[in-house]
Amino acid sequence: MPKVKIDGVELEVPAGITVLQACELAGLEIPRFCYHDRLSIAGNCRMCLVEVKPGPPKPQASCALPVADKQEIFTQTPTVQKARKGVMEFLLINHPLDCPICDQGGECDLQDQAMAYGFDRSRYHENKRAVPDKELGPLVKTSMNRCIHCTRCIRFATEVAGVEQLGATGRGESMEVTTYVEQALATELSGNLVDLCPVGALTSKPYAFEARSWELTKTESVDVLDALGSNIRIDTRGAQVMRVLPRLNDDVNEEWISDKTRHAIDGLRHQRLDRPYVRKGNKLVEATWDEAFGAIAAKLNGMEGSKIAAIAGDQCDAESMIALKDLLTALGSPNIDCRQDGAKLDGPRGSYIFNPGVRGIDQADAILLVGTNPRAESPVLNARIRKRYVHGNVAIASIGPAEDLTYPVVRLGAGPATLRDLVDGKLDFAQKLQGAKHPLIIVGMGALSREDGAAVLAMARELAEKLNAVREDWNGFAVLHTAAARVGGLDLGLVPGEGGRDVAGILEGCQKKEIEAVFLLAADEIDTTKLGKAFVIYQGHHGDAGAHRADVILPGAAYTEKPGIYVNTEGRVQVGRRAGYPPGDAREDWAILRALSERLGKTLPYDTLHQVRSRLVAVNKVFAAIDQQAPAAWGPFGKAGATTDVPFKSAVANFYMTCPISRASKIMADCMASRSHLMAAE
Amino acid sequence: MAMITADPKDVPQVAHFSFTPEYMAKVEEQIAHYPPGRQASAVIAVLDLAQRQHGWLPRAAMNEVARILDMAPIRVYEVATFYTMFQLRPKGKYLLQVCTTTPCWLRGSDAVMKACQHAADGELFSVQEVECLGGCVNAPVVQINDDFYEDLDEASMNKVLDAFRRGETPKPGPQVDRQTSAPEGGLTTLKGE
Repeated sequence: MPKVKIDGVELEVPAGITVLQACELAGLEIPRFCYHDRLSIAGNCRMCLVEVKPGPPKPQASCALPVADKQEIFTQTPTVQKARKGVMEFLLINHPLDCPICDQGGECDLQDQAMAYGFDRSRYHENKRAVPDKELGPLVKTSMNRCIHCTRCIRFATEVAGVEQLGATGRGESMEVTTYVEQALATELSGNLVDLCPVGALTSKPYAFEARSWELTKTESVDVLDALGSNIRIDTRGAQVMRVLPRLNDDVNEEWISDKTRHAIDGLRHQRLDRPYVRKGNKLVEATWDEAFGAIAAKLNGMEGSKIAAIAGDQCDAESMIALKDLLTALGSPNIDCRQDGAKLDGPRGSYIFNPGVRGIDQADAILLVGTNPRAESPVLNARIRKRYVHGNVAIASIGPAEDLTYPVVRLGAGPATLRDLVDGKLDFAQKLQGAKHPLIIVGMGALSREDGAAVLAMARELAEKLNAVREDWNGFAVLHTAAARVGGLDLGLVPGEGGRDVAGILEGCQKKEIEAVFLLAADEIDTTKLGKAFVIYQGHHGDAGAHRADVILPGAAYTEKPGIYVNTEGRVQVGRRAGYPPGDAREDWAILRALSERLGKTLPYDTLHQVRSRLVAVNKVFAAIDQQAPAAWGPFGKAGATTDVPFKSAVANFYMTCPISRASKIMADCMASRSHLMAAE
Repeated sequence: MAMITADPKDVPQVAHFSFTPEYMAKVEEQIAHYPPGRQASAVIAVLDLAQRQHGWLPRAAMNEVARILDMAPIRVYEVATFYTMFQLRPKGKYLLQVCTTTPCWLRGSDAVMKACQHAADGELFSVQEVECLGGCVNAPVVQINDDFYEDLDEASMNKVLDAFRRGETPKPGPQVDRQTSAPEGGLTTLKGE
């Protein structure tokens, strides 16, 4: 390891890092605009100048200079300070000083660094240049006069998002960051451009002129709009969620989040259920909590347990799911299910989680996608696969829908027959998988939520075991979920008990009048027309499909409005925190169930959030290990059997609208319109 | 200062561009200069061929170059807008690039420029002011397509332009009695044995 001396302090640093990184290790701040940890090095802003000995007698750009043994680095000399002042003066030549009307104001790198390292006036008295603004779609607002040409956005689009549409045209004073041909960026990650932009050139369109960063309350939480469980920071002003930003977590989302995670939040303001409703005749009538509970008690008291069923939705927190399960058990019903899409998953933990973890993708050297379109199901995870592809030496193939995943994929076939061939070693790709040290098999809900899902799952397990992909140091069997609540639900055993019915069975029972009451815990993705004449209780936060069919509506809280535990597709238990209170009479979900249980005479044995969480740990001890991903139990699962020829479809047909929140979001509708416009143009 | 923009909306774009067989052969020859998989290195040469074929570079031509070289179109636009030798607007048959940098200007490039501007009709001639063409010893210099016309004044410039109008190609190089940059009227030194 090279030994360097930074500002007189000797330090041993890892070989191969840059001078800038070495200075960071020494705890020094080096100003920069173009350098970004997760992007390639550009070295074009020149803000990170330092003096290096031995070396040329002039300041060096530290971001692009590798450290060498016995190097002496100076970051505070008069030369360096003067150089930074000069660079800053040049950067500000063409920068409009419109901070008071700029949305970046208060969280602007240029503003901060101009204060810390800049010159206190400008000696440039000529006119500034003017650059036309660009159209980058419904999420990114541009103000190109402010651009300082750091090219972070270009590198992000090209390297991370995999859409090579942004570039720098012209030269010198005519240089512009542009798509050249006006078009929205065809990526699900465009919101990250706003975070990356160190100035106010790219700002958030939906958030434009909404708030200043210093007037927002920041709450660290977890996203539930896809199964990745991206770490987010929710910024609120009063009761309103103003914006969602990513939080750094290298194990999960690095520092990216998808456009849905970031911008579907306007859906939290529309179509909310803010008071209980009870159906009287053909109409849902506003009611008090007491009336709503009374209506439920009147119906449920004395009803046989086997005639009651419950379905948990895709965005439920673990607390409400365990309360639901405990309530159903108390009522004597085994009919409970958390798999709205009918996924055939209920085996040992290893059978339903993304075993290698998101980090495992970085290690994989052959990747097989089965019945999944990760770009629509989890764009950030897809970017991780792309990162692996960019790193090189990886074979990626897919069985299922042919989609542009932003990296080249060999399409082996469309349906289960191809998977069978692969298991039997009939395809060329079988050799590649066989030869791989860390083979990774990603199975999507498109392959498992079918009639023959159990057989497909068994085949995938057979393949994994045959490849020796499940061993002490590596488990390459990965299930990519689409629902944030699914793994938590399976961990808590929200699957039919003995003699119980699954979702299909419940709906069938409703039609045969064998099920007389159904409790929908924010479950909107089922075919509500099949609920027949059953008495439907809907507890949730949005007036979506389930609420329209309901006989009693209990208003619950959305993910930003309650503390909740969520288990992501990797089986990582993460804690979401409350950023605001639910609207009107709506309450936290587990508390509603607890209150209801009392009215039904089956009082649940917990009164506080802490007690519910203790109950979670008692049911499954994975809930004791927050933010960790541990190796999961493996064993036989799936059910060998006949498969059909029906091709696999992705479980997510439309990325922008997958849940009650995103369906209520106008911004998501705009994104969808923009995307279909783009597709039509092609 | 005027708005700058790389993609002027007033440029009449063409719907389609493809290389003729002769040009395609040259394109393939250029690509062959580089190892397989490194075909993108030929981008400048191929853009130049497209410009030679079409006279200027419409967006359709840049897209076609991107397709042939398997590059993202934006990467080709970047190159094409970076180099001033690529013409992104329609040009006349002869592009008059008049040097107006100091040596040429001192030797009377203003008059030459006036003659060129007078002739520019957008069909046969287009005129462009350029920085030093590197022919200062023969100032003033005008580059017409691939050739340099040197030692010009207003009269000789008009003579050259007239010749082009007649469909002839006047002899490139000095327009006075001088061999390249040798003294006018013949050698002045080193005359003897």
